[in-house]
Amino acid sequence: MFRLFSTTGRRIPATCYLQRFQSTLVLTEHNNEKLTPITLNAITAAKQLGGEVCCLIAGTNCGKVTEEVSKVQGVKKVLVAENDIFKGFLPEELTPLVLAAHKEFKFTHICAGASAFGKNIIPRIAAKLDVAAISDITEIKNPDTFVRTIYAGNALCTVKSDDDVKVFSVRGTSFEAASVNGGNASSEKVSPPSAAGVSEWIGQSLTKSDRPELTSARVVISGGRGLRSGENFKLLYDLADKLHAAVGASRAAVDAGFVPNDLQVGQTGKIVAPELYIAVGISGAIQHLAGMKDSKTIVAINKDPEAPIFQVADYGLVADLFKAVPEMTALLEK
Amino acid sequence: MPEGGGTTPPSGNGECAGRMCVRRPQGTAGCGAQKSDEEMAAMTILVGVKRVIDYAVKIRVKPDHTGVVTDGVKHSMNPFCEIAMEEAVRLKEKKHAQEVIAVSCGPQQCQETIRTALAMGADRGIHVEVTGKDYDALGPLQVSKILAALAKQEKVDLILLGKQAIDGDWNQTGQMTAALLDWPQGTFASEVKVEDKKLMVTREVDGGLETVSLKLPAVVTSDLRLNEPRYATLPNIMKAKKKKIARTSAQELGVNISSKLQTLSVEDPLQRTAGVKVENVEQLVAKLQEIGRI
Repeated sequence: MFRLFSTTGRRIPATCYLQRFQSTLVLTEHNNEKLTPITLNAITAAKQLGGEVCCLIAGTNCGKVTEEVSKVQGVKKVLVAENDIFKGFLPEELTPLVLAAHKEFKFTHICAGASAFGKNIIPRIAAKLDVAAISDITEIKNPDTFVRTIYAGNALCTVKSDDDVKVFSVRGTSFEAASVNGGNASSEKVSPPSAAGVSEWIGQSLTKSDRPELTSARVVISGGRGLRSGENFKLLYDLADKLHAAVGASRAAVDAGFVPNDLQVGQTGKIVAPELYIAVGISGAIQHLAGMKDSKTIVAINKDPEAPIFQVADYGLVADLFKAVPEMTALLEK
Repeated sequence: MPEGGGTTPPSGNGECAGRMCVRRPQGTAGCGAQKSDEEMAAMTILVGVKRVIDYAVKIRVKPDHTGVVTDGVKHSMNPFCEIAMEEAVRLKEKKHAQEVIAVSCGPQQCQETIRTALAMGADRGIHVEVTGKDYDALGPLQVSKILAALAKQEKVDLILLGKQAIDGDWNQTGQMTAALLDWPQGTFASEVKVEDKKLMVTREVDGGLETVSLKLPAVVTSDLRLNEPRYATLPNIMKAKKKKIARTSAQELGVNISSKLQTLSVEDPLQRTAGVKVENVEQLVAKLQEIGRI
């Protein structure tokens, strides 16, 4: 700082200014059609750092998403890399692109939402930069100090990074979504490095649903082993329809084959923090609580009064779910 | 299909939702002796196993907020590492692998974890001794540097790791190891198939499943549904005692394990206030309407 002042005005180059200033690169998650909502939460986290926010959009088709991101409030610049090598958003192909962008713009922070996409790529980028990555942050204390949970959410850990670049993923439910209008970012094309060619995306099978997306839903209804079968989940779907809720599940329900695994809420599944979380036939194991205990209001319906879920529930109903759930659905119909 | 036998798990990457048929081979012993008759070069697999506080233990934060209490607390192998270990042994049973090496980084007690891996079917172990302050600061970046060095030293073709350790919940080591080696990565795997010199990995992603094809050598991290780990039988535990565990250190491997990440404090999360029990569904709905949740 002091040395900077002692140099003549002519000698203060732009790069020097940039290094001093915070600038954050947010990796944009999308499906070539639409922006994934968690990116908006990551942008809010990036804005909290106080510097310039830049978004990188890479994919096979970036037009629509570029338009969308350019309007997000707080985004200064959008870097766009459209190329067939980004099919499937493989980390082996995206990482060299991020490194090239970083080399040019010298970011102080690089982040993404802590989704399957972000968790896959963020550590790869960090290792290439020889810095520690910080996973799933829930709070930013200052530009080098972050809070995250450990031991399935049973402890909060504050960490300080002395690395030149802070590379981290953001827990979506801990930061508000940035507003999708009012922004006016400039966009710039970046050319991708040559293909790594060590991996290939073959295909996907996504669970189709008309209900809101689990991680961003205002109301979530989850079922556990107590549902006894996949057919019985219909009770929850009926109730969910009344409440415009997403449906989730405990690991027990997934392992028993009642529902597909992408509905799992918990340490090893999704982390949700809706306004209302209704746990039906879920005992409340530590691993499940890790995924939902930041919900604003928790309701438990369980016939076992000793179930640990009642220790975190704001409202508990000790009852047979096969009676209580249809009753609740009927009541809401009125 | 290059695989012999008819024991490959269901191939479709859709309907089965990543669930594998639970195949528990009856006679697990004895398969190591015979050489693969196919010309396909069998792989050497390195499996990272971590010793963590047992998943069922309710952890306690130390009063001085420097960490959690680990002394006198039950430890066991990280559940995701068990799954990675099981998958390596299954690949060996299918003759895709000729040797499975289990490695763990940490203090003396890590040898118990390696011993467990040997009892599950690993051929030999490597203990990278890290103690004291170095162990406290040992994070995914440091472990991945160690694993990358070992991968080169042992000329491995595949590194299998759990997707995350249930203590730090970082979910980084596999990705970082792949980066340091410039190998492809198949993270959150719910199915792994060997085809020619490639790996077909079905991954658990947010909306469902996706399949990627990776050129070997590669790094794969296991999700919960990849398989159901076997229990080590008593005879296998006895046999494991005769298997070798080599000891080495980060220094010997030429790896710098200094860290620029420091833990400032560890605290208890905010406790939720105790709720109320309602008598019936009417009351429940009324309460929720009252506070504006529905």
